[in-house]
This record gives sequence, structure tokens and C-alpha cells, in this order.
Amino acid sequence: MATPSDSLHFTPDVLVTGGKAFKDVDDDVCHPLESFPMRRWWVCFGVACFALLIWLIAVTAFVTQGQGVLGLNQPSGWGTDITNFVFWVGIGHAGTLISAILFLFRQKWRTAINRSAEAMTIFAVITALTFPLLHTGRPWYAAFWLFPYPNQRHLWVNFRSPLLWDVFAVSTYFTISLVFWYVGLIPDFATVRDRAKNKIRKAIYTLLSMGWRGSNKNWLHYETTYLILAGLSTPLVLSVHTIVSFDFATSVIPGWHTTIFPPYFVAGAIFSGFAMVVTLLVIMREVFNFKNYITLGHLEKMNKVIMATGMMVGYAYACEFFIAWYSGSPFERFTFINRAFGPYWWAYWTMTSCNVIIPQIFWFRAARRSIPVMFVVSLFVNIGMWFERYVIVVTSLHRDFLPSSWKYYIPTWYDWGWTFGSFGLFFALFLLFVRFFPTIAMSEVKGVMAQENNHGPSGEVPAHG
Amino acid sequence: MANPKSERQFAGVIGYFAGADQLVQAMRKVREAKYSSFDAFTPYPIHGLDAAQGLSRSPLPFVTFAAGLTGCCLGFLLQYWTSAVDWPLNVGGKPFNSWPAFVPIMFELTVLLGGLSTVAAMFLLNGFPNIRKKIFDPGLTRDRFALVIEAPVEESEAQSFLKKVGATEVKSVYTEGWF
Repeated sequence: MATPSDSLHFTPDVLVTGGKAFKDVDDDVCHPLESFPMRRWWVCFGVACFALLIWLIAVTAFVTQGQGVLGLNQPSGWGTDITNFVFWVGIGHAGTLISAILFLFRQKWRTAINRSAEAMTIFAVITALTFPLLHTGRPWYAAFWLFPYPNQRHLWVNFRSPLLWDVFAVSTYFTISLVFWYVGLIPDFATVRDRAKNKIRKAIYTLLSMGWRGSNKNWLHYETTYLILAGLSTPLVLSVHTIVSFDFATSVIPGWHTTIFPPYFVAGAIFSGFAMVVTLLVIMREVFNFKNYITLGHLEKMNKVIMATGMMVGYAYACEFFIAWYSGSPFERFTFINRAFGPYWWAYWTMTSCNVIIPQIFWFRAARRSIPVMFVVSLFVNIGMWFERYVIVVTSLHRDFLPSSWKYYIPTWYDWGWTFGSFGLFFALFLLFVRFFPTIAMSEVKGVMAQENNHGPSGEVPAHG
Repeated sequence: MANPKSERQFAGVIGYFAGADQLVQAMRKVREAKYSSFDAFTPYPIHGLDAAQGLSRSPLPFVTFAAGLTGCCLGFLLQYWTSAVDWPLNVGGKPFNSWPAFVPIMFELTVLLGGLSTVAAMFLLNGFPNIRKKIFDPGLTRDRFALVIEAPVEESEAQSFLKKVGATEVKSVYTEGWF
């Protein structure tokens, strides 16, 4: 179906298939909210809750017995705590990229996926935040240590430390992402409210919708707010992983002390986040039958982003090696040779194969458009990106400047428990989201459909067929 | 808080239109007819409607700018005062006012204050949470396009005017609360 506006779009393909009318959008998107959960949902939720239980067991043991249950040692003081933190914060970045950066670039295909991607951001950041809080050892004191407030000790936090920048960056990121997500949800909550038959349901969604009436005077301020939040979120998301990378880069540890870290971390974050979005969307469109909204065209575009960012990450790996050699610093050289061929060679090569080699299959269009292929690749990328953080954290620490203190870091079952369990926390939250919130931005999809079908007041001749 | 029907007040006249195009054209005519108060109700924002309605740009960017600037300055002052005035602490031989190290938190506070103030101002301008005025028709958040000429207005005159500018359905509306 070619329309005259095709030449104006960056993406000429049809974004909503199946000849849907506006009402069908509401019916399809609201269906999971308005019906009793399907068996498949309960199965998924059960598995997620099981993993969450493991997380709770590991965290309880950690809190009651102390850091000793983990595999942390001297000199490896960061272990899975920080590996998981960086992994989950990175996952979140794709959501903001889709919701904010693609919005500024007028990428209309984002409308089908931005809601769920933003939800993913929020739940990923929640999951991420648990790790540094627990890493403090006594999370119930963390608020007293991390925030600047007048206290009896008359001491302030150290504003020159990147760890403190992280506190501000991640908490700002969480707050702004949450607000951005909520603002986007307001018109859709109103739609759910106006469909509601049940009184309690209506009251809840009336409160959530803030009494939205769809008035054009409201739309005017609403759209401006949305644009401003997108504009603010764009540098914010880049700053967050930049600052996370500063945690490493401002130290003097070989393998961490490098200027490539900020862009390398941001590219890696987008890479892993897009992989997670693909994993979630492939499941979601299957379970809720959203195939007309989240089309193969959408998924293909995301796979292209995965391949592009995967190659950026691959370039960063190569560049690090080159600079380690070129710098002439024996410590740098040792660290990188040790990284690839030392005791953690298996982690390094898992990372390289999953992140650099496997996504190359997306050069083939058939692979980009094949659901099983992209699902498997996205899982591999998630594994690879987890190992990237593991490699960065562990290989740089386990052999420090003093060979007598070298020690092999082995995660314990508690480490693996809260790593696995954190997926339970994330998926349990996500599954609750798909039950109670509209997972596709209905008002935005309608706007895009209107332009595609030339309902809009553009003066163009309707060209169907 | 439910209003009995007898207490409902006449709020205006609503006209439904077949599509966004018709709504924009009708809006131009309503605006030219110089009614004191009118608004459109649509399921998604319609481009060109703001101009037809004669709405000027939203003042929100100024709020963002002012709040962002405040956040940036507060961020600097907080860090300067705690690091160089209240308890000067020598960290690695850096100057007390080591401003480049303060930039990340200044930036984060710029975004935080700018973003939150923008949303707060949007809520204020839009009258959220709106508990006084109920939506006229559940279809307006689904697929219907409507134009409301609000009171004070002559009921029958407004009804016939809306019909004249192309409304497919016209009726009077009354104020109602949500709860």
C-alpha cells in the first residue's frame, strides 16, 4: 500500500497491519486488562515468582549473615553486585532511547513499542538499584550515607566521587523515566476508564487518568510537556551510563582507567537493552496477539539497531586492546592479555562470541525477520552483555599490582541466586504491568494510523488500495 | 458527591464530526464566529487544530528553562558550599572548589528540576487532577471528534450553528463531576 506521504517517512512500511480501525486498537490493547488472566500468563508469572523467591532467599541470607555469603574477596571487592547493577541499568537505556531519542527523530515506528520499552526501563532500574544498595552491606543505612543532608557528624558526602554522581544520576534517571512514562499513560488511562463497566475499575482508572478529557487545550500543553521530557531524557540517558562508566574510568585500575569507557558503555547499554526489548516483545506479541501492532517490520528495525550497536561494542573491544599495546604501559598490556588468555578466558570469549560474532547473522534479511532467530540472538546478547560486565569487573580486579594478593574470584550460590533471582523481580514486575496497564500507546498509535490513512487534515488525497 | 440531575448546570453544546479534517474546518468557522469559549475533544492530538482554534504556543518551555537553570545553580551552590565553605576537605590535593567535578551533579539537578517542574506546570495549566468536569462522551477517548461551544451561549443558536458547520450530531451538555 503506497501512500503519497511515503516519501516523507523515514519508514515507508505500514506500521499497523490488519486494516484496524481506532476502536479495534482499544479493543485489542485493552483486552488483556479487561479479561481474566490467561493460563499462559499464570505460568509465566509463576516462573517469575519462583525466581523472585530465590532472590529473596539469597538477599535474606546476605542481610542476616553478611557479605561473607558472597564470593567477594581481596582483591575482588565488586563481584556480581556491580556486574548486575551495570547490567540492569544498561537494560533500561533502550527504553529511554526508544521513547525519547526516536521521538525526537520522528521515528513513527516507536509508537508500538515505546510503552513496554519504558516499562522495561523502570523495572530494570528498580532491579539495578537493589544491587548497589545491598552492596553497601547495610542497605538500611544507605540513605544516610548516600544523600547530602545536614547531620550530627557535620560531614558531607564527597561530591568529587563518581560513586556519588551515580547516586544522583540513577535516581534522577529513575524519577524522570517514571514521570515520562506516567505522562504518556494519562490519555490511555482515560481510554481504559471510559471503557470500564465495573465501578471500582472505573474509579481506579479515573484517578490514574487525572480526569483527562481529551480537550485540545489540554493536548497543547500535554504535547509540549512530552516533547520537553523527551528532550531532557535524551542527554539524561547518555549521562547515566557515562557516569556509571566513570565509576570505573576515574579509578587507576588497569583495564578501567580509559577514556573510551563512556561511549563504549552507552553503546553497550543500548545494545543489551534492545536485545531485552526484542526478547520481551517477541513473547508479548505472541501471548497477547499484538502481531498487527508489533509487526515484523518493527522487530527488523530493532534487529538492525542490535547489529549496529553490537559492532560498536566490538570496535570498543578491539580499540581497548590496541590502546593497551600502544600505551606502552606494562600493566595495561598485562591486564588485557590476562583478560583474553588468563584464567577468565572463558568469560572473555563468551562475551566476544555472544556480542560480536552472533549478531552478525542480522546481515541477512531472512534472519532479521525470523522470530526464532531473533529470539535466540537476543538471549545470546543478554548473556554476552552480562559477561561483558563480569569481565570488566572481575578480570581487572582479580590480579592487582601486587602478585602476592592475586586471587581467583568464584561466585557462590548466593551470587548466582540473586543474579538469577533479579530476573524474577524484573519479570514479575513486567508481567504485572501487562495485566494492569495498556501495553501499547493507544493514542499515539491512533495518531500514526490517522497519518497513514490520511485521516489527518493534511489536504492529501486519500489513496487506499 | 454525585450531582442529582436537577442540579446539573448547562455547560454548552457539543457537536460531533465525521473526522479530524471536518473538525479542523468547523473549528475555523467557530473561531471566526467569535464565541467566547470553545474547545475540541479528540482521542489523539490533531495537527493544525491549535492554529484553527487560535491557541498560542504553550508557555511550558519557559518553565523548563527557569527551573532547569535553578537546578543547575542550586547544584553548584550545594556542592560549592559543602565542599569549600562548610567543611573544606582536602580530597587528593584537589582545590576545594573543584568545579569540573561538580558538573555531573549540576547536570542531573538541571534535568531533575526542569523535568519535574514542567510536569507540575502542565498539571497546573491543565487543571489536573480534574475532578469537577466529567468527559462528555466515552467515545471521545476512543474514536470520536467533537467540538464544544461552552456556556454562556444561546443553546438553540449554538446548536444550529454547529449543524451548519458540518456536525453530524448535536446535543446540549451539562456539568458533572467524576465521583
